[in-house]
Amino acid sequence: MSANEATDHNRRDFLYIATGMAGVVAVGGAAWPFIDQMRPDASTLALATIDVDVSAIEPGMSVTAKWRGKPIFIRNRTEQEIEEARQVPLADLKDPVARNDNIDANAEATDLARSAGEGKENWIVMIGSCTHLGCVPLGQAGDFGGWFCPCHGSHYDTAGRIRVGPAPTNLPVPTFQFISDTVIRIG
Amino acid sequence: MKTFLKALTVAGIAVGTAGAAQAAEYPLVKPVELDWSFAGPFGTYDKGQLQRGLKVYREACAACHGLERVAFRNLQDLGYTDAQVRALAAEYEVEDGPDASGDMFTRPAIPSDTFPSPFANPEAAAAANNGAAPPDLSLIAKARAVTRGFPTFVFDIFTQYAESGPDYIHSLLVGYQDAPEGEEVQPGTYYNPHFIAGTALSMPPPLSEGQVTYDDGAPETLDQYARDISAFLMWAAEPKLEARKQMGFNVMVFLLLFAGLIYLTKRKVWSTVEH
Amino acid sequence: MSGGHSTYSPQTGIERWFDARMPLPRLIHDSFVSYPVPRNLNYAYTFGGILSLMLVVQIVTGIVLAMHYAAHTGAAFDSVEKIMRDVNSGWLIRYLHANGASMFFIAVYIHIFRGLYYGSYKAPRELLWILGVIIYLLMMATAFMGYVLPWGQMSFWGATVITGFFTAIPLVGEWVQQLLLGGFAVDNPTLNRFFSLHYLLPFMIAGVVVLHVWALHVTGQTNPTGIEVKSKTDTLPFTPYATIKDAFGMVLFLVMFAYFVFYIPNYLGHADNYIPADPLKTPAHIVPEWYFLPFYAILRAITFNIGPIDSKLGGVLAMFGAIAVLFFVPWLDTSKVRSAVYRPWYKLFFWLFAINAVFLGWLGAMPAEGIYIPLMQASTLFYFAFFLIIMPVLGLLEKPRRLPNSITEAVLEKNKASAPLPAASTETTS
Repeated sequence: MSANEATDHNRRDFLYIATGMAGVVAVGGAAWPFIDQMRPDASTLALATIDVDVSAIEPGMSVTAKWRGKPIFIRNRTEQEIEEARQVPLADLKDPVARNDNIDANAEATDLARSAGEGKENWIVMIGSCTHLGCVPLGQAGDFGGWFCPCHGSHYDTAGRIRVGPAPTNLPVPTFQFISDTVIRIG
Repeated sequence: MKTFLKALTVAGIAVGTAGAAQAAEYPLVKPVELDWSFAGPFGTYDKGQLQRGLKVYREACAACHGLERVAFRNLQDLGYTDAQVRALAAEYEVEDGPDASGDMFTRPAIPSDTFPSPFANPEAAAAANNGAAPPDLSLIAKARAVTRGFPTFVFDIFTQYAESGPDYIHSLLVGYQDAPEGEEVQPGTYYNPHFIAGTALSMPPPLSEGQVTYDDGAPETLDQYARDISAFLMWAAEPKLEARKQMGFNVMVFLLLFAGLIYLTKRKVWSTVEH
Repeated sequence: MSGGHSTYSPQTGIERWFDARMPLPRLIHDSFVSYPVPRNLNYAYTFGGILSLMLVVQIVTGIVLAMHYAAHTGAAFDSVEKIMRDVNSGWLIRYLHANGASMFFIAVYIHIFRGLYYGSYKAPRELLWILGVIIYLLMMATAFMGYVLPWGQMSFWGATVITGFFTAIPLVGEWVQQLLLGGFAVDNPTLNRFFSLHYLLPFMIAGVVVLHVWALHVTGQTNPTGIEVKSKTDTLPFTPYATIKDAFGMVLFLVMFAYFVFYIPNYLGHADNYIPADPLKTPAHIVPEWYFLPFYAILRAITFNIGPIDSKLGGVLAMFGAIAVLFFVPWLDTSKVRSAVYRPWYKLFFWLFAINAVFLGWLGAMPAEGIYIPLMQASTLFYFAFFLIIMPVLGLLEKPRRLPNSITEAVLEKNKASAPLPAASTETTS
């Protein structure tokens, strides 16, 4: 093989490889929009914040609102329920993290950190979707008087913390705030 | 039933005026072709112009025409901040509900809401406007195109002319004039040789000099208003235009390079055979 | 699918394992690698590949659009606008699909005209041609129903007019139309069934395409000389020769496709389709999509009664006849010579036919009044005369030019000016 032929070969191989690579880029680039389109669209992402009037919820009562297609549990807890939750040593918790979007992501799952905060400890607002596989837990049920998921048997306590069962984490607390004494804005 | 008949009669006016002079082609005068910032392969919207256009829409058009496919959140495209958009949305009341007792209620709009329409439904719109329902403007810039004729429509492929909508809207808005002598104008309609479906339309001239106050120093003239609202409506109809043209440039460059590579490969492959 | 003997020899254990159980690699190898193609194919022959690509593009974009589309009269228009405004890349996918339909038809028309020019329909390829016409018919049905889905003014009135064709059928016309519509006018049942069928038909097209390619691989390609392959030197293996040439054709086609999608995406559409459908108000001018315009002109050319056939039925018959006549082309052409290259008179009439077809398309967009009507009639007359008179008569009268003895000879003759190369590499297999 002469030197001339060798360069010719190299040039040919380079050309073939470059063309092949460009073909791969083309296919990949064309495929992206077709995957991208499955993400939540702009209208879904911009979905409304909702305001819930909680003035009529007496201690021991709760309401379920719908936000981003999921149920939101809003519960006005009784003194006894709050006390029960406070008594639980943090070491007994299956998931020691508060899972509260309104505070530090690593905060400990104390009862205060799970509730609506100082002075509003009686209020608890959570996404009512079991962290196991997404069923809606039943209220005031289960071994801990909190919530019980009938699908696969997860028990949550009165602060919505997972205690027994297959669910890995506490029920998440969404971003919310009291915009007045009686109205909660979620989102 | 009454509104329905009314709607029919007025639907008839537009068609009827067109039918009266079958030989004539409408519009009598073709739209004037303007230079738009969003024309051509590198076109982009002029945000200042869109903001002025929005102002014109809100002050001159919104009383009769809806914009129901545009959400307030989309206005961030015009250069407004989230806070400005929220404030602007809050100026509108939208219906929501039902509340816990089953009643509908109104509340201030939020960014995810769309512009509320001035009328509850097309029938109400027609009833309030002598039977001619003012069309929603969300898509109007793409829904109106004056026939280009041969051979212009062939050249349009190469000049990328895609602004017939805004050209038409602009020409229509500045095109109101007194009817020429002998030209009969139906009562309740206004002569305009730029109208696409006849010699006169039911919409009275909506804009006049100095009607809308601009705070960026742009001239407060009829022509400027018409340009700004046309550009704004083009954005409303085709909000993804900029993204489209930018992606188009990348795709074209890539495809041409790719074509070059394939051509060289093809020549190499075929170089040893006669064909 | 290759007609000849297989040259596939499995190299690895896995290949042998497959080959003994389900010889799919062998099928692919014989159909798309070693399959012999005439060495003198020009770029007009790349449109088969381009059409396959377009079918895939339409199916993929269509499936994605169906994830966001709602086939209900109250929601269809809104869902399309949601795709355009809110869905990620939605505008791109919709413009690809809408313009893709037009590109599909551009490619199919070039493909058909290529077949007419080089006599690709002549024996033994009659079945291949007929399968092609069936694909074309399915494409038209698919495109028509797809155009109804956005539920704009043109969607609605186009559907009304086209389903109205069937009322021209004597006695049962009304019944057939109601069967198609699922009501007395175009409405929600119509939209729903059109969506269902629009989703189904492309897969039927894909099925007929398989038959089309099968038939092709039995008879082998024609080529610009129209002479059958006689020896190994006449052909080259499909890969890499045809593959790379097809790829180049495809990328050039994609450049044009991208130009429309990104710069003038609404050029081939109609402005009225951005107005939601209104059953009480007809647009001033109803025009079909550009690829139906020639047939629309033929429909409207028949303004007179022919004996017992009234003008309405006559127009519909003429329009369907204009497509049906394609089925008989293999037998209407009486010439012994296949390619127009060696048929000077046929070549002339072919180009007249092509110009006439474009002219018919332009007439299809014009209103049916004044001078346009006699022009439509003359143009329609020539359309039919080309197939029914010129084709059979010319074949008998015309004296073709001398044919080369083989494809190889034709190639070498053409290239005489350039330096002679050794007889084509004989890695070819046939």
